[in-house]
Amino acid sequence: MEAVVFFVAAAGVLAGALGVVLFRHPVYAALSLVGSMLAIAVLFLQQDADLVAIVQIVVYASAITVLFLFVIMLLGVDRSEARDTGHLFQRAAAVVLGVAVLVGIVGIVGNKWVAGTPASSAPLDDPRGGNVRAVAEVLFTDYIWAFEVVSVMLVIGVVGSVVLARRSRQIAAARQREEVSV
Amino acid sequence: MGLLAEITPDITANYYLGLAALMFVVGGVGMLVRRNTLIMFMCVELMLNAVNLTFVTFAKTMNDAHGQAIVFFTLVVAAAEVAIGLAIIVAIFRRRQGVTADDIDQLAG
Repeated sequence: MEAVVFFVAAAGVLAGALGVVLFRHPVYAALSLVGSMLAIAVLFLQQDADLVAIVQIVVYASAITVLFLFVIMLLGVDRSEARDTGHLFQRAAAVVLGVAVLVGIVGIVGNKWVAGTPASSAPLDDPRGGNVRAVAEVLFTDYIWAFEVVSVMLVIGVVGSVVLARRSRQIAAARQREEVSV
Repeated sequence: MGLLAEITPDITANYYLGLAALMFVVGGVGMLVRRNTLIMFMCVELMLNAVNLTFVTFAKTMNDAHGQAIVFFTLVVAAAEVAIGLAIIVAIFRRRQGVTADDIDQLAG
């Protein structure tokens, strides 16, 4: 049964990923990104990562993709992608490079380079159901400083995006004034 | 169900790692091939997700929650990156009509 779920989800993941790369229309690309994220969430669930799977759906498949779709609709770039053609040599080089990277990664993984003993943490398959406790224990002890720093980074991100959005309006206003004065 | 169990292989961690590698490469090639900055962004998300899958797979293999905790940091970084990146794209689009990577060549030497 695990194999069936894995292969169906893997097909979903790869179809979504190829859709993102191949669809000309950005909206279709964003929607296949959703499909890919949902299939990844299934794979997470299958590997005892309940909390991560739910967060994946809430943050990635919902929030981030809605942001993408919002910007696509806002800018109206869903029609124009005329310049995407050409660059044949570049494309061939990219594909060759991709195959080389794939061979490299698979070669490394095939050599079983993963070794060592797990750090001490609560077992993932908690008999009480779910592994929220195990993840939370690690997150709020070993990674507490990283957690705090990440919260600062998020605040900086919010402020940064607000500043970017505002400043460009000021520039537009200044330009308009210039045009009027000229 | 018995027949199904016989013909399907046991899913080991290597299957997940192989899938993650494939997804990473698809994202990387898409990043190089596409010129629309929004789709290039989506390809970055694909690559980040492939890495997340690797983290979760290793967490399961080693029965250790650290891998899953790190996925949260990747998620937060991805969210912040999307917020800033899309703000930059909107800012660029306001100044010049077009968001393909070929339009943004002012820093090219």
